[in-house]
Amino acid sequence: MNRTPILFLNVLVIAACGLIYELLAGTVASYVLGDSVTQFSLIIGLYLSALGVGAWLSRFLDRDLAAKFVDVELAVALIGGLSAPMLFLGFARLEWFQLFLYAVVFTIGVLVGLELPILMRILKEHLDFKELVSRVLSFDYLGSLFAAVLFPMFLVPRLGLVRTSIVFGLLNAAVGLYGTWLLRPLLRGVMVLRIRAVFVVLVLLVALWQADLLTSLSEDELYADEIVYSSSSPYQRILVTNNAAGFQLFLNGNLQFSSADEYRYHEALVHPAMSAARTAKRVLILGGGDGLALREVLKYRDVEQVTLVDLDPAMTALSSRFVPLARLNAHSFRDPRVRVVNEDAMIWIERIRERFDVAIVDFPDPGSFSLGKLYSTRFYRLLRARLAPGAAVAVQCTSPLYARQSYWCIVRTMEAAGLHVRPYQTTVPSFGVWGFSLARVEPFDAPSRVSVPVRFLDDATLAAMFVFPRDMQPVPVEINRLDNQVLVRYYEDEWRKWS
Amino acid sequence: MELSRRDLLAAFLGAPFAALACREKPLALPPGELAGASDTIGHRLRGGAFPQPSRWETREVVIAGGGVAGLSAAWRLANAGMRDVLLFELEPALGGTSRSSASFPWGAHYVVAPSPENRVLMRLLDEMGVMENGVPAEQFLCRDPEERLFYRGRWYEGLYLNAGATHEDLRQLRAFETEIARWGAWRDAKGRRAFDIPVAHSSDDAEVTALDRISMREWMDARGFTSPRLRWLVEYATRDDYGALLGDTSAWAGVFYFAAREQRPVITWPEGNGRLVAHLARFAVSKTPWLVANITPTADGVDVIAIRDDEAVGIHAKRVIFAGPQFVARHVIPSRETSNDFTYGSWMVANLAIRERPESTGFPLAWDNVLYDSPSLGYVVSTHQRGIDRGPTVLTYYYALCGSDLRRERERLLSAGRDAWAEVALADLSRAHPELRSLTDRVDVMRWGHAMVRPRPNFVWSDARRRAAEPHRGIHFANTDLSGIALFEEALYHGVRAAEEVLGERGGASWL
Repeated sequence: MNRTPILFLNVLVIAACGLIYELLAGTVASYVLGDSVTQFSLIIGLYLSALGVGAWLSRFLDRDLAAKFVDVELAVALIGGLSAPMLFLGFARLEWFQLFLYAVVFTIGVLVGLELPILMRILKEHLDFKELVSRVLSFDYLGSLFAAVLFPMFLVPRLGLVRTSIVFGLLNAAVGLYGTWLLRPLLRGVMVLRIRAVFVVLVLLVALWQADLLTSLSEDELYADEIVYSSSSPYQRILVTNNAAGFQLFLNGNLQFSSADEYRYHEALVHPAMSAARTAKRVLILGGGDGLALREVLKYRDVEQVTLVDLDPAMTALSSRFVPLARLNAHSFRDPRVRVVNEDAMIWIERIRERFDVAIVDFPDPGSFSLGKLYSTRFYRLLRARLAPGAAVAVQCTSPLYARQSYWCIVRTMEAAGLHVRPYQTTVPSFGVWGFSLARVEPFDAPSRVSVPVRFLDDATLAAMFVFPRDMQPVPVEINRLDNQVLVRYYEDEWRKWS
Repeated sequence: MELSRRDLLAAFLGAPFAALACREKPLALPPGELAGASDTIGHRLRGGAFPQPSRWETREVVIAGGGVAGLSAAWRLANAGMRDVLLFELEPALGGTSRSSASFPWGAHYVVAPSPENRVLMRLLDEMGVMENGVPAEQFLCRDPEERLFYRGRWYEGLYLNAGATHEDLRQLRAFETEIARWGAWRDAKGRRAFDIPVAHSSDDAEVTALDRISMREWMDARGFTSPRLRWLVEYATRDDYGALLGDTSAWAGVFYFAAREQRPVITWPEGNGRLVAHLARFAVSKTPWLVANITPTADGVDVIAIRDDEAVGIHAKRVIFAGPQFVARHVIPSRETSNDFTYGSWMVANLAIRERPESTGFPLAWDNVLYDSPSLGYVVSTHQRGIDRGPTVLTYYYALCGSDLRRERERLLSAGRDAWAEVALADLSRAHPELRSLTDRVDVMRWGHAMVRPRPNFVWSDARRRAAEPHRGIHFANTDLSGIALFEEALYHGVRAAEEVLGERGGASWL
């Protein structure tokens, strides 16, 4: 009976699986921690050293080698197969994520490191040493090549990281299960091993089925790019995707920014108000949990205190912990001038008594009644009462092109709340034409310059933002009040046409 | 007798539903209490025997009853500078059927924004800081979305079931609206509206009051309003405001519901009309829980006996304002003949404290949430008006026992205790929110044996109703039942009216 050729096929699969887990860990790490060079280099180094530890440990295994081989296979199948979902979940929940990441990588490395030495010792009965080393190692490297080519070309784009991980776990488990037949003559207690193997296969199948909870297939289809982070807080579904141009944040499926062009949006949102205010010592940011408006505000030396009110603690935590985002917002949440409040802005502003020189209002679009209240006369009246003399307000107002009634409804509602409003708009490629409004309690002139370093706004661009082409000119609209919420209805009608 | 769960649900939610709901074994019932309208204390009145007072004091005015009418009277008297006024209330808390906890209602929970002619309500709201340039400020008007309706697995906006309505349904709806608009625009020779709040401002022209002689069902039938969803809408209104079915509601009251409020918005607070009660209560010197057991006119005033447990106190008052309902007046004022025409419906109110908002298919959570196929009136969300759209809240579930036989309905109400009513509320709402039971931390129940007067045909415009409001030897009467319908506005009107009768010249210009 010569089953050695099939055993060599196993080597190919084992090698492919081992490399896949390494690549997965490296990819997840570079997605969520940023800086792919560092992450990949650390993961590869750690993984290779763990292989060495595994190989060294193999000398302590003497008896029942075949059974040990099956057990190691099953352990790799379980830990490796679940590595990507564990890492994603771990990132969303763990304070010491990096430690967890390296522990997972090291464990997989050790287990994979045990595989080949054990297998070679099993096979040495059938082959001479020269032949053995040559065949095992060549299949090993062949398997790695196979995995390395498949991973970026097919697996990541088609299956996504989570499903790739589980599918290769299943392959590992299959090798283990098949091993109980291949190595039958060398095994005792075959049934126990088989039950164990079937159990691992079942766990992985359940995981594959449950993978939808983490990143659903439908979501993967919905988003053109790889989903690198997703979590559901009590308030919203937070999702980050990654592509060549950078990364994108989605809240409840709505794009909040793309790292490629967010600076246009946030410069337009923040700097006109900072320039229009008489002073800018105490700044209020409502919404804006991504910290990007905060980054622009903190460019001003004379800002003494910034209060950022965002409903969702998961969002503000992500912005300070998710390294690519923290880097994008220039680690703004670490600035001692910043105070974060996680509360519904409407409830908060009803309660507080302090006043602000500048207010930046960066709520999601008014797509639901609970968001619509944050665009009502009542809300703007409450906000107005919290403005210091000479204060300026900037409000993100959805698109005056795609949602023209909604845009002008927000402007007119602010006016109805006793504010003098200067509407303005600019283009953000990820969004299209986007609208804002600048307001003060007393009449004022549009600002003409920005006094801090910026990438987008120059004097001419700043002036041009306050000009509205014909297709975005005012249309007659009702005022958005708490007791009519017309804005939510305008918004639904208008965006339905575009989606 | 202990009912099985199936019997219980069949009795209160209908047999087909009970069969359905009993297929699954429910989770344990959340804890809670029976908050009480103190029917046991009240029933002491029927026995006739009560302790005699050991001491007597004198007061200028005694107000018997600390519901909205009594508190409104106290408010008016205090404003006229009358200090020597004492109010007795049999419940531990003031407010009557407008009572509330700090953050959710136990009964009445809104008022329709007043027309400028309702001067007394305008004055009250103005005093409370609700009005802004003559109109209610935005934050006091019910926040949109106001109402939604659950039908066959889905929520829809509004209370009229538009989904699946036929041409004929919609034609009848428009015809109904036209009829209501016609009555809205109608004026009598004196320029009075056909239907106005308070009822006292409404026209007594025969063309209008003729409606009181037929039932709302007859009125609908006569106009060919056969559409089931239109009849549902109108009967929801009579159940909600009068605790009565179409056939037991005067057509005058039925049309009044729609025509008097004209499409004006509603004013509401998280704790319902408890906010109004709290304001009015600031003007009252009150003793609770004290039961006024006897009121007897004498040669030079009125003697009042109030009891608490075995303690009794007597008061020689110059005048008394009796601000309780007529069925109580019968026992308390033996010297007066009390009409038998006043009848009262029973209600159950349950407050469900929930950890998180339940999921909804279709239209999102509104202030008022109604189930089409349910004998209940649905629930209101206490945090809606505070703008809190997530996290824990309290749902106030209303169930009016609308059967024609009022005595049987009252027995039905009292036959079920806290657990049974909590079970009914959870089972009923679980058809719209299957996970509700697991989100519910607590269910407290209030049984209102005599929740509100029923505007049966031939009652609102009867002599009996009119005569009941007339003073009786130094005793003046104030209660919403004197209007024939139960509304905050009516209780306010009668309280102020009775106070002004007492004040006479001293009151200055009338507030009404």
